[in-house]
Amino acid sequence: MTGFDLIVAGAGPAGIAAACRAAETGAKVLVLDNNPAAGGQIWRNDIPALWAQRLSNVEVRGGCSVIDDSILAHGVPIVLATGARELFLPFPGWTLPGVTGVGGLQALVKSGFEVRGKRVVLAGTGPLLLAVASLLRKRGASVTCIAEQAPRSALLRFATGLWRYPLKIAQGIELGGSLLGVPYFTDCWVEEAYGRDRVERVRLSGFEQDCDLLAIGYGLVPNTELATLLGCTLQDGFVTVDAMQKTWREGVWAAGELTGIGGVERSLVEGEIAGLAAIGELTEARKLFSRRAAWHRFASHLTGAFALRPELRALPRPDTIVCRCEDIRYNDLTRWTSAREAKLQTRCGMGLCQGRICGAANHFLFGWQDTSVRPPASAAPVSDLMES
Amino acid sequence: MSAVPDVAIVGGGIVGAACALECKRAGLSVEVYEQSTVGGGATASGMGHVVVMDDSEAQFALTHYSSTLWRELAAELPAAAEYLPCGTLWVAADEEEMAEVHRKQSFYEARGVPVEVLDAQQLADAEPHLRTPLAGGLLVSGDCVVYPPVVAQWLLDQAGVTIHHQEIRALADVPAGIVVNAMGAAAPRLSPGIPVAPRKGHLVITDRHPGFVRHQLIELGYLKSAHSASGDSVAFNVQPRKTGQILIGSSRQYGAEHKEIDREILTRMLRRAAEYMPGIGALTAIRTWTGFRASTPDKLPLIGPWAGREWLATGHEGLGITTSLATGRLLADLITGRTPPIPAEPFLPLRCSP
Amino acid sequence: MKIYLDDRTLTVERGTTVAAAMLNAGVSVFRESVSGEPRAPLCGMGVCYECMVTIDGQRELSCQTLCQEGMRILTR
Repeated sequence: MTGFDLIVAGAGPAGIAAACRAAETGAKVLVLDNNPAAGGQIWRNDIPALWAQRLSNVEVRGGCSVIDDSILAHGVPIVLATGARELFLPFPGWTLPGVTGVGGLQALVKSGFEVRGKRVVLAGTGPLLLAVASLLRKRGASVTCIAEQAPRSALLRFATGLWRYPLKIAQGIELGGSLLGVPYFTDCWVEEAYGRDRVERVRLSGFEQDCDLLAIGYGLVPNTELATLLGCTLQDGFVTVDAMQKTWREGVWAAGELTGIGGVERSLVEGEIAGLAAIGELTEARKLFSRRAAWHRFASHLTGAFALRPELRALPRPDTIVCRCEDIRYNDLTRWTSAREAKLQTRCGMGLCQGRICGAANHFLFGWQDTSVRPPASAAPVSDLMES
Repeated sequence: MSAVPDVAIVGGGIVGAACALECKRAGLSVEVYEQSTVGGGATASGMGHVVVMDDSEAQFALTHYSSTLWRELAAELPAAAEYLPCGTLWVAADEEEMAEVHRKQSFYEARGVPVEVLDAQQLADAEPHLRTPLAGGLLVSGDCVVYPPVVAQWLLDQAGVTIHHQEIRALADVPAGIVVNAMGAAAPRLSPGIPVAPRKGHLVITDRHPGFVRHQLIELGYLKSAHSASGDSVAFNVQPRKTGQILIGSSRQYGAEHKEIDREILTRMLRRAAEYMPGIGALTAIRTWTGFRASTPDKLPLIGPWAGREWLATGHEGLGITTSLATGRLLADLITGRTPPIPAEPFLPLRCSP
Repeated sequence: MKIYLDDRTLTVERGTTVAAAMLNAGVSVFRESVSGEPRAPLCGMGVCYECMVTIDGQRELSCQTLCQEGMRILTR
């Protein structure tokens, strides 16, 4: 780690933008990511050519996890760009093979999963449903329907506000064209998935549908584990940063979904500012403030339109599994009053994923906030903790 | 509006919970104060090892009696209590430590505790992932392992007492005939002047690797590594969980007040574990944490009256899970004037008063 | 390139993850849960651990591991 002017944790859009901008000033930059290659969840191995070229002066190490705060010991500034994961809400049948995240299915397809001829139901909320539907169709899948939980009225309000974001309109027209003929339902969500050893049929609000794959996406949850271990301050689940994307922890900047959910463009501009600021190029960073402000407005627009409806809290049945690592069921949890209590009394969140899936679900279902993060930031060989 | 209870217990850890249940069974009215989560302090951060110890006659009497109570309770405990009668295997690395094995053997046998001496080969057969060669070991088969937070909650459920989730700033604020300070390492906050100091420990838990470890394994090398002295120390101490997970310990630090992981001591602790079990490095670690033992100068807990209506049930150091049940019984006997099943004198807090 | 999945030999494209290769080979059950349920990849991005399999003797996330020539994968 020594010999670098900047370390970036996360090789998605925000991390790549931070690394490129810093490297273009002559800084020596190292990017670490636990995925095999750069690109993050949204780009995967399809990094836009513009950014891919700019990345050539940056050292990227894939398959590399940062597990605790010992990374700070090198005294090198750090930009955290650890992105987000998907929010999963439990419903009967959600543990069946063939049920994936919407972004999860996108990631699997981009890493080689062939979906040609497969019947896919997409359900959840937000523009990612449309983007993934488009990708799936291009790869030859049959998208049998898209179920958007948000009410039609909210979507119309969202759409009429889009004129301020010409880029988004262009993307929308392109998406619309590739999705012609796909049934799209609003006020519609998955109530149950059926199947023996894999999903075969889905019940949505008011109708049933056969399928080979069910992809669900209720939005994103920031990956704040590393930021928490490094001692950054969080508010409402996101890392707190100043105008320069600097966190409350000395020597640590944060960008992208860590600071708020709002799409690629928002992540890119935050990443650029963070990368520049972290190596002291404050004047250059300031030039990007107005572009960032525009994408922040777009993000709040997005959040309002796709707010989750309360009916989704009523989906789990008493025997529906909530914690998939430990197979803890909904009725095991109802007696308890906090994430910590539920964890100590039932093992909910004690498994391999350490509550990364059920933690956010329980926040939605019960209002619980699990803020306890301990090293390693993700499961790691014991020997990794023996290195001083 | 209910009447003032006979006994209020401050601290809903396993010691407080056991005291609550025994006082209730003794016919007293009881209430419990826990500012946070039942069993969320040292009860949750310790290993959950029930072990008969031999550092002193008093320590033996308390741990042995409590161990008997645990075995009686085993059949009643819910599955989530993860009761595992795995025994303790004290591991000897060399002949000097084998001499300690034999000393322990005669100590335990003279007091009716079944033990078995293992030679090097028997040790390797019993625990195939230990390094070879080692000299041998002592198996204490009556020892067991539990998951203490579930037991603490279960004991309170059995007691059926009211739990007040509020912070107590002064014992004088608690309406009760007797107020029992069962706050573990935090007890001096409410009872200034009691000889209890926090002693920090680190633990690591792994993913499920069933069969990798079969008994609670503790090195006897702590005799040489001065694990019992006052400085920072680590020792090889690993435990199989009913889930197939493995708990890796242990470390002891005085004067460390922050709960953050101390990377240097964690590294030392894990390297010590890997010296004994070379394969342990390849297991998957999922979480590390720290906790604070309530230590006393003479390594015995403080159980009984302290000042006025203020009573203590704290200072259990690393044996709080083992001795919780016996502590409850002693405390209830002392309050009601019954004759305790073992002598209570060695644990009376007044032994420490200046 | 060729990889070995339990007792089968699979031909996979370079750049394919083990999870994708297994799904393409028709594997629907990647692991059995604590209570015996069949499980398969959920998050696709290394968070949920549902896709854990044994790769060349090590427990690994199949969605985060690229196929390598001669790799041996066990689902049990």
